Amino acid sequence: MNLRAVWAIYRVEMARAFRTVLQSIISPVISTSLYFVVFGSAIGSRITEIDGISYGAFIVPGLIMLSLLTQSISNASFAIYFPKFVGSIYELLSAPVSYLEIVIAYVGGAATKSIILGLIILATASLFVPLRIEHPFWMLAFLILTAVTFSLFGFIIGIWAKSFEQLQLVPLLIVTPLTFLGGSFYSIHMLPGIWKTITLFNPVVYLISGFRWSFYGKADVSVGVSLGMTLVFLIVCIGIVAWIFKTGYRLRN
Amino acid sequence: MPSILSISGVSKTYATGFTALKQVNLDIERGEIFALLGPNGAGKTTLISIVCGIVNRSSGTVTVDGNDINKDYRAARSLIGLVPQELTIDAFESVWATVNYSRGLFGKPANPAFVEKVLRDLSLWDKKDAKAITLSGGMKRRLMIAKALSHEPRVLFLDEPTAGVDVELRQDMWEMVRRLREDGVTIILTTHYIEEAEAMADRVGVISRGEIILVERKAELMRKLGRKQMTLELRAPLASVPEALSRYALELSGDGNQLTYTYDNQSDRPGVASLIRDLEAAGIQFRDLDTKNSSLEEIFVNLLRQEP
Repeated sequence: MNLRAVWAIYRVEMARAFRTVLQSIISPVISTSLYFVVFGSAIGSRITEIDGISYGAFIVPGLIMLSLLTQSISNASFAIYFPKFVGSIYELLSAPVSYLEIVIAYVGGAATKSIILGLIILATASLFVPLRIEHPFWMLAFLILTAVTFSLFGFIIGIWAKSFEQLQLVPLLIVTPLTFLGGSFYSIHMLPGIWKTITLFNPVVYLISGFRWSFYGKADVSVGVSLGMTLVFLIVCIGIVAWIFKTGYRLRN
Repeated sequence: MPSILSISGVSKTYATGFTALKQVNLDIERGEIFALLGPNGAGKTTLISIVCGIVNRSSGTVTVDGNDINKDYRAARSLIGLVPQELTIDAFESVWATVNYSRGLFGKPANPAFVEKVLRDLSLWDKKDAKAITLSGGMKRRLMIAKALSHEPRVLFLDEPTAGVDVELRQDMWEMVRRLREDGVTIILTTHYIEEAEAMADRVGVISRGEIILVERKAELMRKLGRKQMTLELRAPLASVPEALSRYALELSGDGNQLTYTYDNQSDRPGVASLIRDLEAAGIQFRDLDTKNSSLEEIFVNLLRQEP
């Protein structure tokens, strides 16, 4: 294991986050605060409670997930797409590093950043609403698992993308809608019959539901299913990454 | 002595159907400077990219110091430093950070003293905290070299090292290449500047349309090709070459206005001075003279012309 290489890549990735602290950290905090003002205060004052939880507190796990998903994807996809775009990827490809090491370093870097971000949003949220976390271990477990899974997903997008447009396409057209429709701002029990069923095909529902359970002990779907779905998605992503590296897809051709 | 780099039967066909390399065989000797010459699109960069692990080959085998580039890719790649043709650097990193990153990427323990030496040798030390984006083109080229040298490679690839580089940097670069060779580093450079190969290389290979069409010691090549021509523009046309000058085997142009003398520029006594003295003695005056080095350039052009 070329741990020095993993560390070198990881450090560069983290340095990039600190260099662009405004974009990486502050902007998500501001947008989260805006969500609280709009959804929490303006709309929340009319909804009051869901599942016995005040609306402001109810949306916190969903908001964290929203940022976690989008930031994991954009961090990881950009991290690998950018060297591809400017050509500096030659160095990575010519270095004595294994695929596993590349993935650990890039995905680790992206996931670390989004986990830190998730915790910052959590801290920001605690300023607006009273929070309680019933299952801190599971809260962290979901946080880490989701960050890693979607960083992997972002890594795949970054390798697949041939243009900046494609890079933005998947997050914009698929992930953001799925997250908004995945129960970030409502319980899926509030949906009329058929929509509730359709929603169950949205993988993000399981992530948010499980994550919310770790806070309040209430979930839309059972926690086991949430955990299972997250793991399935993780395994699918690992499978795709393994295939990419085995074939050299869009990297060594 | 076994070769440090052995390429055998390597072919590459890109997904587009374009065949960049056809059954390339090449052995690079330990410690030599090898110049790979070829026109644009001949396959030079593809060949280097395959050896360095950037592009997958379609067939063939490559070993670096006995290590197969697939089976023992770690050992093989650790030995290689690559300075690519394009200036591709993470623009927002500082010089210091990016060179140390390269060292780490190749699995070498941090060694600030060594990295400092590399930067000083390349006149980059006072730019160590500058971001790559603020560097001039020449400085960026130096930085690419520093990155490649940061992990102490035993084989160094320089892909078109002096393309678009000013004279001073070119001199520095050649100086650096000589120093590296003294340390036992094997250097493979691609170029389409013949002078570069002439100035630097121990051996020269010519690649065209994906095939190696010639590999020869430079000295041997120069002996074969190291001919020079001197053309004299005469003040008054001559009807024929005077008998007194017959030993020079001069050629007279059709209109009698030009005399051409072909000689071996490797020789100690090329006879240029005596020819001029003898011309004066024969009362032949000239307005101007021009010398032309045929050397590598011509053989190179001829070789490529012979290609079907």
